[in-house]
Amino acid sequence: MDSGALASVVAGALGVAVVEISGLARLSGGASRQSWSFDAIHADGVEELILRLAPGGAIDLGGVGSNDVGATMLLEAAAMREAKRVGVPVPAVLVASADPKPLGGSFIVMSRIAGETIARKILRDDTFADIRPSLAAQCGDILGKLHQMNPATLPPMNDSYQLDGLRAVLDGSGVASPMLELALRWLDQHRPRETRRTVVHGDFRNGNLVISPEGVRAALDWELVHLGDPMEDLGWLCTRAWRFGGKPPVGGFGEYDELFGAYEQSSGVAVDPTVVKWWELLGTVKWGVICIVQANRHLVGGQRSVELAAIGRRLAEQEYDCLNLLEELTS
Amino acid sequence: MTDSRYPSAAQLAEAVEGFLREEVMPSVEGRLQFQTLVAANVMAILGRELTDGPAAAADHAEQLAALGFADDVQLVAAIRSGDLDGRMGEVLATLRPSVEANVKIANPKHLGPREG
Repeated sequence: MDSGALASVVAGALGVAVVEISGLARLSGGASRQSWSFDAIHADGVEELILRLAPGGAIDLGGVGSNDVGATMLLEAAAMREAKRVGVPVPAVLVASADPKPLGGSFIVMSRIAGETIARKILRDDTFADIRPSLAAQCGDILGKLHQMNPATLPPMNDSYQLDGLRAVLDGSGVASPMLELALRWLDQHRPRETRRTVVHGDFRNGNLVISPEGVRAALDWELVHLGDPMEDLGWLCTRAWRFGGKPPVGGFGEYDELFGAYEQSSGVAVDPTVVKWWELLGTVKWGVICIVQANRHLVGGQRSVELAAIGRRLAEQEYDCLNLLEELTS
Repeated sequence: MTDSRYPSAAQLAEAVEGFLREEVMPSVEGRLQFQTLVAANVMAILGRELTDGPAAAADHAEQLAALGFADDVQLVAAIRSGDLDGRMGEVLATLRPSVEANVKIANPKHLGPREG
């Protein structure tokens, strides 16, 4: 990371002459985007910031996300601004750009929210013991607001890649997975009737939430925001991959009825648990497909990475979770 | 007695895993430490696959044959065409052992008590 280039980007956005970048450090995790933490010191004070950067050109996610990284970055920034307006806790966007020239990729610079994102710490550290029992309800409250975001304020979004898109990506991947195929077949034959079409976060789950001992401080990672059935966000939050070994279904920290009750209160819309379960299974299939796609980025996409390769093997977990969910749904 | 390809591939993988975990990990930090942890976990997968993979593959082939298929590609095609629509329960029950065997290789911690 060229800290001189970053300094001039931040100085321009803040409208100050000179900025000194201090404590620039890449954060671990994040297979598709880089995150950097830094402080921007200027004449009037210090800004605690995060740089989100999509290095290089377009990444082929094969339909799971948009291929146009620059456009996605701008969408992400617009979504965070609209989310803030409706009362969803999010970082404040300082500047976003699809121009790869200054920093080597499209980027967002945003405020750094104090708190923890590492799911296992949120589930196990004593620091969060008091807040854990209320997290599921807080998520329900936040999602109820999030689904009231005005889509007209955002650039055009994908709205139909879910089930058919996943099948297409799986077909193109070269991997034959009987469990994913069985799940897709069942999902296709039991499609819920869509009652509402709203902005959907697309990746609202434990690990993408900044949590402090006071509660949920911010929802991060808006790159998969799209239009769709809002129940998708509830199902994804409950998908087993995002429980990180915790037993309770909602993010590993809470119960379905806590999530649904708070959602109903904040949105005014009743939750049909069978529809959420449909999305939970779809989320499990999606995670399985993403595992394959990530491995293929390493194997054939020219992005060599032991992390991407290793994610591929997590397909086995998703197949196992599909098996259990299908048994539950068909028994 | 053991054959002369000694140590075995699984034992070599285990040695590399130990090196990554015990010697490299404590001496690096941040992103490199995370990547080293991932690499150590991958070596553990290799070790388990070298030991348990052949038997798991043979079991899976047997299960496929019991369902009337030669390989996963055939089975997937049949699922998609709807040929197995009335046999979901049978297919799930037949494949459960090999699905579990794959998890045991990839990440045995994931095989916990089933959750609702």
